[in-house]
Amino acid sequence: MNKLTQNIRELSSNLLKNNKVDMVIGFKKGTIPMAVSPMAAHNIEQTKEFIWDSNCGINLANFISDKKEKIGIIAKGCDSRNIVTHITENKISRDKLHIIGVPCTGMIDKIKLQSNFNDDITDYSENGEDIIVKSGLIEKNLKKSDYLKSNCKTCMHRNPVIYDELAAELVQEQKIEDQFADVKKIESLSIEDKWNYFDNLLKDCIRCYACKNACPLCYCPSCFVNESNPQWVGKGQDKTDIKTFHFLRAYHCAGRCTDCGACVQACPMNINVRDFTRKLIKDSYEIYGWEAGLDITKRPLLDTFSLKDDDSFIK
Amino acid sequence: MKVIKINKKDWENGINQSKKEYQLFGPVKEKDNYIFKKLQLDEYPDMEHKDTLVSPKSILFPQTEKILQTNLDESIDDHHIMKQVKKDYSKRAVISIKPYDAKAIQILNLNFDTDEYKDPYWCEAYKATTFIGLAVNNPSVFDFSSSTNTGPFAEQGLDVLLIDCSKEYLAKVLTDKGQAFLDVAGFNQETDNKKAIEIINNMKKKAENAISSQISTQNLKDKNTLDLYEAPFWDDIAFSCINCGTCSFVCPTCWCFDIQDETKGNLSYRIRNWDTCMSPLFTLHASGHNPRGEKTMRVRQRFMHKLKYFLDKYDNGIMCVGCGRCVKLCPVNIDIRKVCNLMNSHEPDTDN
Repeated sequence: MNKLTQNIRELSSNLLKNNKVDMVIGFKKGTIPMAVSPMAAHNIEQTKEFIWDSNCGINLANFISDKKEKIGIIAKGCDSRNIVTHITENKISRDKLHIIGVPCTGMIDKIKLQSNFNDDITDYSENGEDIIVKSGLIEKNLKKSDYLKSNCKTCMHRNPVIYDELAAELVQEQKIEDQFADVKKIESLSIEDKWNYFDNLLKDCIRCYACKNACPLCYCPSCFVNESNPQWVGKGQDKTDIKTFHFLRAYHCAGRCTDCGACVQACPMNINVRDFTRKLIKDSYEIYGWEAGLDITKRPLLDTFSLKDDDSFIK
Repeated sequence: MKVIKINKKDWENGINQSKKEYQLFGPVKEKDNYIFKKLQLDEYPDMEHKDTLVSPKSILFPQTEKILQTNLDESIDDHHIMKQVKKDYSKRAVISIKPYDAKAIQILNLNFDTDEYKDPYWCEAYKATTFIGLAVNNPSVFDFSSSTNTGPFAEQGLDVLLIDCSKEYLAKVLTDKGQAFLDVAGFNQETDNKKAIEIINNMKKKAENAISSQISTQNLKDKNTLDLYEAPFWDDIAFSCINCGTCSFVCPTCWCFDIQDETKGNLSYRIRNWDTCMSPLFTLHASGHNPRGEKTMRVRQRFMHKLKYFLDKYDNGIMCVGCGRCVKLCPVNIDIRKVCNLMNSHEPDTDN
């Protein structure tokens, strides 16, 4: 058992023992290699199931919306930023939460890792920044840093931005030369190529909505795609309807997205839906100097204004 | 039973021949994912393919299908009268379908083709299709098909079963439809049947032994439905569920659909789309009431349907073929194998 897992179990069990929370939300080991499952521990016994490794890429802030109980939550950097967003958007109050912060060194891109093997991965383990992966045919020792999820590669907030206690020491933040190289590449395309790029990006979408449902920002009681009266968007595989869903979803995340990458991790069709939200993150940052979910005292970007705001788009 | 030998050198030629009479569907790799699609003239089925992300059920039951159409122009005699959309139901063959996916087509058939109701779109497509299966020599770690009434070499629902013997395919001819396809493709090299069957049976045994994952279903039939419905484990299973439709949409046996009318100008279509019981909209009543308003209810419904209601209704096994797609792709690792075993071993609390 790694030290982090051990600490998480200990801190969670103390919280429950001292009646500081009604439940602790964390991850348990999955039934297949590299899978984990969000879980709530209601008693000390259950905290023994908690684990932590580089597969915990799903965002746990998604599991606290509108909860009335007092909650302990295990939060890596991006989870903590979404907790901040939840607090500023009144989805949960700070005093209902006890945050166990987990400084993070990035999560694994399962698909990229699997592509290294001809047969299925049967076992995965970690030793610090090294990962040991076995398939039926072969065993490989690999560097975790070579297999990070793409959002983790450009992450500037590996340490939780808000917490009550930490499960490990803070880590060094990354220095990224060009944080938005991926966005700039798409921006530089001609209009036609851009269109084709997004056309191709969404070609395989099956509208399972795993992207929006894995997203902690998508907490509307009824999403516009699930409305039937009035119906805002067609429900089928018409290209226009698929694009409408993705464009609108992305815009709903403007100034709010923390680039946690849960959407991409959840997508069964391996669509990089972050291509949409990344552009909005870049615009928020470049136009307003805004990064989402850093400060609970600041109002969300799009429900406030300043006289210094750029108004060059008004002609 | 006849076995035909196909030298791999002749394979592409046979595929080319068969394209003259059949539309072919097969697995191909696109953008790093395997998908089943209609093969163009210069495309061949990827015979080394791993599981396609989405099952080949879409060939017979597309995610979005126009079923009826009408014209709203009142100057036309039959305006506003819905008529069946004309479709091409000429001969087609699905190549390299895995045995468990073929079994899944049989399960779908139980729903779409009954004595009482016959879904014309499904029935026509089914009738037109020849299923050329490819036995699974190296089952994936997610495969638990040997405990779901199918298996890596199962034949149910197939017209031909191909077995990959490195330099050649052995083709077990299972139906007249299968024979007709092989004839068109020009695959007719007979072989010593007894010897071939022996080889196939040995490979079958080896593949079945390679499956490491099993589920237990033997008690499900005798379990009381309400005991399972009220079992205490549902909240726990549902906690991590994010209510996406991944499990239903990648499932080869999920058949639920929704009907929508879409109009552009005067042309109006009635369309059916795959639906998923994971979505709250699935059961939302016009009154606003939702009998499955909570996610636990929806998660329970999916598993109860597959593992209990279906079994009770058709007495034909469970509604799962063990392909493992949902196990692999569920973003929060809700594992049907675990749920099935919980249901199979559930004993109600008799104290209450």
